[in-house]
Amino acid sequence: MNSPSFRRIREIIRKEFRQTFREPRMRVLLFMPPVLQLIIFGYAANLDVDNSRIAWCDLDRTSQSRDVLADFIGSNRFEIAYTPTTGTEVQRLLDAGRVQGAVVILPGFGRDILHGRTTAVQVLVDGSNSNTASIIANYASNIVAGYGAQVMNQQNLDKMVGRAVNGPVHAGIPRLGMQNRIWFNPDLRSRNYFVPGVVANIIALVTLMLTAMAIVREKEIGTMEQLMVTPIRPFELMLGKTLPFALIGIVQVTLVTTAALLLFKVPFHGSFLVLFGCALLFLMTTLGAGLFISTISRTQQQAMLTTFLFFQPFFLLSGFAFPIRNMPVVAQYLTYLDPVRYFMEIVRGVFLKGVGVEILWPQMVALAIFGVTILSISASRFRKKLD
Amino acid sequence: MSFRRWRAVARKEFLHILRDPRSLIIALALPLVMLLMFGWALTLDVDRIPAYVYDWDGTPESRALIDQFRASRYFDVQKYVHDYAPIDKEVDRSHILMAIVVPKDYSRNILEGREADIQVILDGSDSNTASIALGYAQGVVATYAAELRSEAQVRRGAGKLKVAVDPRVRVLYNSDLKSKNFIVPGLIAVTMMIIAALLTSLTVAREWETGTMEPLLSTPLRPAEIILGKLSAFFTLGFVDLLICVLLGVFVFNVPFRGSVWFLVFSSFLFLFGALCWGILISTLARSQLIAYQIGMLSSFLPAFLLSGFIYSIENMPIVIRAITYVVPARYFVTILKGVFLKGAGIQILALETTFLFVYAVLVFFLATKKMRQKVA
Repeated sequence: MNSPSFRRIREIIRKEFRQTFREPRMRVLLFMPPVLQLIIFGYAANLDVDNSRIAWCDLDRTSQSRDVLADFIGSNRFEIAYTPTTGTEVQRLLDAGRVQGAVVILPGFGRDILHGRTTAVQVLVDGSNSNTASIIANYASNIVAGYGAQVMNQQNLDKMVGRAVNGPVHAGIPRLGMQNRIWFNPDLRSRNYFVPGVVANIIALVTLMLTAMAIVREKEIGTMEQLMVTPIRPFELMLGKTLPFALIGIVQVTLVTTAALLLFKVPFHGSFLVLFGCALLFLMTTLGAGLFISTISRTQQQAMLTTFLFFQPFFLLSGFAFPIRNMPVVAQYLTYLDPVRYFMEIVRGVFLKGVGVEILWPQMVALAIFGVTILSISASRFRKKLD
Repeated sequence: MSFRRWRAVARKEFLHILRDPRSLIIALALPLVMLLMFGWALTLDVDRIPAYVYDWDGTPESRALIDQFRASRYFDVQKYVHDYAPIDKEVDRSHILMAIVVPKDYSRNILEGREADIQVILDGSDSNTASIALGYAQGVVATYAAELRSEAQVRRGAGKLKVAVDPRVRVLYNSDLKSKNFIVPGLIAVTMMIIAALLTSLTVAREWETGTMEPLLSTPLRPAEIILGKLSAFFTLGFVDLLICVLLGVFVFNVPFRGSVWFLVFSSFLFLFGALCWGILISTLARSQLIAYQIGMLSSFLPAFLLSGFIYSIENMPIVIRAITYVVPARYFVTILKGVFLKGAGIQILALETTFLFVYAVLVFFLATKKMRQKVA
């Protein structure tokens, strides 16, 4: 009687599957939300800024101001949504959030350029979304600076030609340029960064929640007592309860990864074997945590709220959307206690950088430690509960 | 519609909440945790980008160029390396995000007045950080290029060059470009949705699951009374969460508040009422807590988090998703919140959004009552 009986474990697993899949709505709700979440996240979680809507307020109306406009349109970064003619109108458009920014060219702009005086282009940016705002401000000032450099070159050329004896001296002026090499994500699509992260998050939340709620449900509706009077032992019950969700978790990883590759065409440079191996390691943590929450909750609502309370900081500190590097130092240390952080790094490394165990082993060790610790804590608590 | 019966249901709900202190504490702690996260730890602002320098040239000229990067607060030059291998390795490990490579003939080209190119390597996997870093690097190089040109002109006796056109950028509403200033106001919408999705959506489902719904239905209670009674309890919770968010946001995390408090409270009530009615509607339809939770997450929390403009701006989404955001009430509420907090906008500017919230609240209330009546019958 001391060794766990596989027959009893199998029975529990069978019961668990039957209970989960008995309800037609549950069958749908087990696999649809992850894919739906992936789709919404994939399309909506996007920090790229292209085609920002701006207002164009040209008070100068000269060929020079039109040149600047052509540069803005030619950059393919901006869409001129409104062409107000007064400053109040510009202010109103920004206040109502109809545009993300506005360019104002004051009267005398063209004249100043013709006379070789320094002049300015005013760029107003709605800062309420600081991220978008700093990107827009960057784009706009680069375009204006580019136009300025062009004007300067022309003025110079005119001056030099007049002065030099043997033709233009312009050739002797150094130019400095910059080439960028962008690795792993050359088009800088934020989708490539977010979608793998979404895979990690969905797996975490879904398996955590399902495990926690499935066990508490038995307590809440009173079937736990019935289980306790059967010859099944705590350890067997625990295995029987978690293994189905481990399996469901693996199916979800497959489903969501496939959807990510097919729908979002996210590059996948690494090995599927590494991804699934790490997913298993990570599932140990989420199932263990789900089990733990179930031992400290009486009702499904408690289980759900507790899961949510813990998951939220884990999710936010994982580096999913907010780079860990930007956090205050104390918070950066806190992220080392966040298992999602390690899985996030693994998933992104495997998808985008194609790195393998040789680079990712520290993260894998961390996940294994988390998994074993939380699983054994919950196992011991689970036992006490039942005895 | 009897006020006494409504009050009786409300009392029962309050007792339910008070009897389960943990759920109550979590409902109040969640906004606190999220505020702390967004107010203190999380930011999208990019500075001190860790970088390596590979100075192939090694001359005073190349060092002068690198000093431009070192002087900028956006870059953190950590180390000088002498080939590409360490760059490769550290980028793979995500220890650095950027490398600046100065080619061998840099100083010769500059001194002889030819074209010189430097190379900037960026880890693009975090595209947002990378594109902001790229913008800063371009800025540094462009400014230095103009300086070099001007110096060369002076050496040739042509007189100093003047900048022809100056981009004068002014950032409105959030002039120090802090991401917490736009995220914390939006949090109010998100926490209210948590109350709706995680608490309200379970309330009727639990009565079904534990078998207390039938006794409740056999009482003379009318559907509207059940709904309003259940709502009162959660409404109070939501209001406390609103207070926590506003007070902590403004006084602890120094988020600017430029609009009218009354308008904020009014629009929050409208939104909260609609959101809670939606929670009840889900709960009436679902009958099982797990299913109610799944639907609640998908239909209220996730849209409020993702499709409302809370963090990710709607303007950047593909057209289909943008169309969907128009039926997400949180979208209108987040616009109102940002308007009230950052722009000091009032009901004149936000009339459209307020009207939508009103219509939504009324519509969902009637739907919920109707569904509840069907269940009663």
